[in-house]
Amino acid sequence: MSKRVMLIEDEPNIIEAISFILSREGLSVETHSDGTTANDKLRASTPDLLILDVMLPGKSGYDILRELREEAGTADLPVLMLTARGQSRDREMAERAGVSAFMTKPFSNTEMLEQVRALMAETS
Amino acid sequence: MLNTLVFVGSAYALFLFAVAFAAERAAMRGQARWLRSPIVYTLSLSIYCTAWTFYGAVGSAVRSGFEYLTIYLGPSLVLIGWWWILRKLVRIGRSQRITSVADLISSRYGKSNLLAVGVTILAVVGTTPYIALQLQSVTLSFEVFGVGDIATGEEQGHTALWVAAGLALFTVIFGTRNLDANERHNGVVMAIAVEAVVKLAALLAVGVFVVWGLSGGVSGTLEKIDASSLGQWQIDGGRWVGLMMLSAAAFLCLPRIFQVLVVENENETHLRTASWAFPLYLGLMSLFVVPIAVIGLEMLPEGSNPDLFVLTVPLSQGRDGLAVLSFLGGFSSATSMVIVAAIALSTMVSNHVVMPLWLRYAGGGAKVSGDVRGVVLLARRLSIIGVVMLGYLYYRLSGGGAALASIGLVSFAGLAQILPAMLGGIFWRGASRLGALVGLTLGFGCWGYTLFLPSFGAGVFLPESWSTVGPFGIGWLRPHALFGIDAIDPLLHAVFWSLALNTGGFVLASLASFPGPLERLQGAQFVNVFEHSAAPRSWTGRVAQAEDLMIMAQRILGARDAQRLFEREARRQGMAGTLPAPTPNFLETLERELAGSVGAATAHAMVGQIVGGMSVSVEDLMAVADETAQLMEYSARLEAQSQELARTAAQLREANAKLTRLSVQKDAFLSQISHELRTPMTSIRAFSEILRDTTGLAPEDQHKYSSIIHDEAIRLTRLLDDLLDLSVLENGQVNLNLREGLLSDVLDRAVAAAAADEHGARLRISRDPAAEQVWLNTDLDRLSQVFINLVANARKYCDAARPALEIRVHSSDRLVIDFVDNGTGISPEAQDVIFEKFSRVSDQKAGGAGLGLAICRQIVTRLGGEISYLKGQGGAAFRVVLPADIAMAAE
Repeated sequence: MSKRVMLIEDEPNIIEAISFILSREGLSVETHSDGTTANDKLRASTPDLLILDVMLPGKSGYDILRELREEAGTADLPVLMLTARGQSRDREMAERAGVSAFMTKPFSNTEMLEQVRALMAETS
Repeated sequence: MLNTLVFVGSAYALFLFAVAFAAERAAMRGQARWLRSPIVYTLSLSIYCTAWTFYGAVGSAVRSGFEYLTIYLGPSLVLIGWWWILRKLVRIGRSQRITSVADLISSRYGKSNLLAVGVTILAVVGTTPYIALQLQSVTLSFEVFGVGDIATGEEQGHTALWVAAGLALFTVIFGTRNLDANERHNGVVMAIAVEAVVKLAALLAVGVFVVWGLSGGVSGTLEKIDASSLGQWQIDGGRWVGLMMLSAAAFLCLPRIFQVLVVENENETHLRTASWAFPLYLGLMSLFVVPIAVIGLEMLPEGSNPDLFVLTVPLSQGRDGLAVLSFLGGFSSATSMVIVAAIALSTMVSNHVVMPLWLRYAGGGAKVSGDVRGVVLLARRLSIIGVVMLGYLYYRLSGGGAALASIGLVSFAGLAQILPAMLGGIFWRGASRLGALVGLTLGFGCWGYTLFLPSFGAGVFLPESWSTVGPFGIGWLRPHALFGIDAIDPLLHAVFWSLALNTGGFVLASLASFPGPLERLQGAQFVNVFEHSAAPRSWTGRVAQAEDLMIMAQRILGARDAQRLFEREARRQGMAGTLPAPTPNFLETLERELAGSVGAATAHAMVGQIVGGMSVSVEDLMAVADETAQLMEYSARLEAQSQELARTAAQLREANAKLTRLSVQKDAFLSQISHELRTPMTSIRAFSEILRDTTGLAPEDQHKYSSIIHDEAIRLTRLLDDLLDLSVLENGQVNLNLREGLLSDVLDRAVAAAAADEHGARLRISRDPAAEQVWLNTDLDRLSQVFINLVANARKYCDAARPALEIRVHSSDRLVIDFVDNGTGISPEAQDVIFEKFSRVSDQKAGGAGLGLAICRQIVTRLGGEISYLKGQGGAAFRVVLPADIAMAAE
């Protein structure tokens, strides 16, 4: 059974790019573009990895992450956070919220894949 | 005959008014020099010679021989031998602006109001018999002309009342024209000088008539004198010396003499002339007293009143004209005395009794509303009437039958009680307020008991038994035989005991008490008046409210005089404007000026009230005051500096806050830009790597991904364009390209451009072509850019099933273009920020960076108009308003 990755991102082109890259590696990808319903979706079927954007309509990536960490089912879920705001302050906020890995946009596809693999290897 | 006298008297009074009026006019025109000659000064001193001298001297000669001379010798002694006392008094009076005897004593003993009140009471009581004397003599002189009738007491009373009322009215009109008692009464002094001439001329005329008309020359007269009883009078040495000293003392203490001698003195050197001229005047006045007395005794029936010989001798010879002249002389003597005495006393009463009471009880003290001048003048007028009426009362109570000279001596003895405090005050620095109080009280009490009260006659005030067996049977307390000494004359007895107790009490109490600082200071000022020409510095460097002082001074001195005084001082201090700094010097000057109107103690109290505190500093403390002033100046400077610092700090804080705000804005802006740039770049990089690294990619995918890269690149370019555009607009570097064109054409272009830019979405646009026929003169391209933005927004964000946009145009005084769509509109929270950079109209992804409306706002502002969100239109609605000068109505 292939590993499942959930992507929460609001830019259609970026969704398309990431989906293509991960699918090519044999992973199954589920995407959502709205922050407000993200937690419900996660609770319904917990993936092996979450890729999370920071600037989302409705609810910021940090808030989604903080809520995940407070729930037992998702407290240890590996989360890779992507942000277009690459300042050090943003990285600190992400770490405080309990992020597993943090990458700034634009990213190298190879590096992104390596991160995804590394995060999923830890849990399995 | 009586009517003639009334007429003559009235005409004479009118004449005096004319003299006074002319003198005042001359003084105002600055021609007062001749008015203030030493001769006028000397003549004005003649108010010493009252009806007592004019009528009473002859009476006195008949009763007591040459004793009448003592009354003339006393003042002559003072003028010739004690002129240095006078000079000192005059100097003190001028340097301290003394207004009266009471003011002198009060000022000397630390500006004590208690003393001022005491001396005022003493002066009023002491002068009362004197005024009664004048009333009595004028009343008698009227009766002499009431041919044959023996006037009853009742009728006499009526006459005296009329005389009193007339004199009071005369004095009120005469004496209260000027408020400043220290200011010279030019008119009054001149009138008195004229009266002095009239009474001298009248007496000399009667004398000449008696000597050459009735006695056949000088030798004949001398024979008659030798033959008469006068030649046989034995001189009582003790009484002579006593009376001479008494009249000398009285000359210094009489309030009216003090008025002309000190207050009205223009120039100290006038004293030199007066020191010989006044004794000469007195000599002339006394020259024919004895001949008139002798002839009167010889020619008139037994029992005639000798006090009236001056009138009755000419009358008995049928010389009515001479008699009328003589009447005028007596009238002059009486009126001049009453006028000056009433002026002097009313000044004391109003300054030391009425004003302090008024200041205390009128509420708010010196700053109370209303004109103090009015109060002062009213107080003076009422005081004059009161003083004259007291004289009338004395006249009625004492029966009006006593010899004129004896009444006058009662008065002399009373007023002489001031002498110890006065002489002690100006020669002895150790004299203290307590000493003056004790001395005056003892002397005044003793005089009242031994002389004043008995003068009404036995049984009026004191029970008859008191003079025979003593009060409560205590023999040594009999009024005329204190301590059992009953061998001497009652007058001398009273003078001796009152002055002895007075002086003794004064000296002992002064030695026993310690004078306060102000007393010592004033004492030094008085005793060493010739060394100190400077005024005492009583006010320390307190900061007074110059304005309050000004208001007070205006009320007392009058607006013009007060302003002149303040302006002069301000000029002297080198300050602009009319309010000088209230320096101690100035306060002292002001106090002295005010003292001229309301007296030293009251002025001190008034200035004290405003300056805030009655405490005073002696000269030794002046250094401290200087230091205080320096400290205050220093602290004022420090305060100014610290205010300056505080201002600078506030400016710095403000600048800092602004910088912080700008920095925060800049960070937020950079962060936003970073996000907006990185997002398309992420897609571009990701897809370009996919295209590069993926082998065997389907051709349609290759095309799709290339298109995405292309679109994102265009998005990036547009974003950069917008950013540059906004930057140019915000910095005001934009050049407007003004052209003329129709609004409908601009809208056409905008709608077309917006439609071409977008694919797919259908937006129905409704317009009003007729209203759009407006000529514009503006930057048509920029305006078009705004319209494109608004139409494109509607196309992108209108969420209605069948999206529609209505463009409405109204032109009134301004051109209004509304863009209203039929969507759900913009939430109220978002409405406030949509024109800010990077604020997106909706959460919906539509590719905008949130700069469009910010650019629109910049452009419309540059064009001189405004753009706003229209609330309550259903859908999203924007309104562009352009000024009238851009729009030209369609032809």
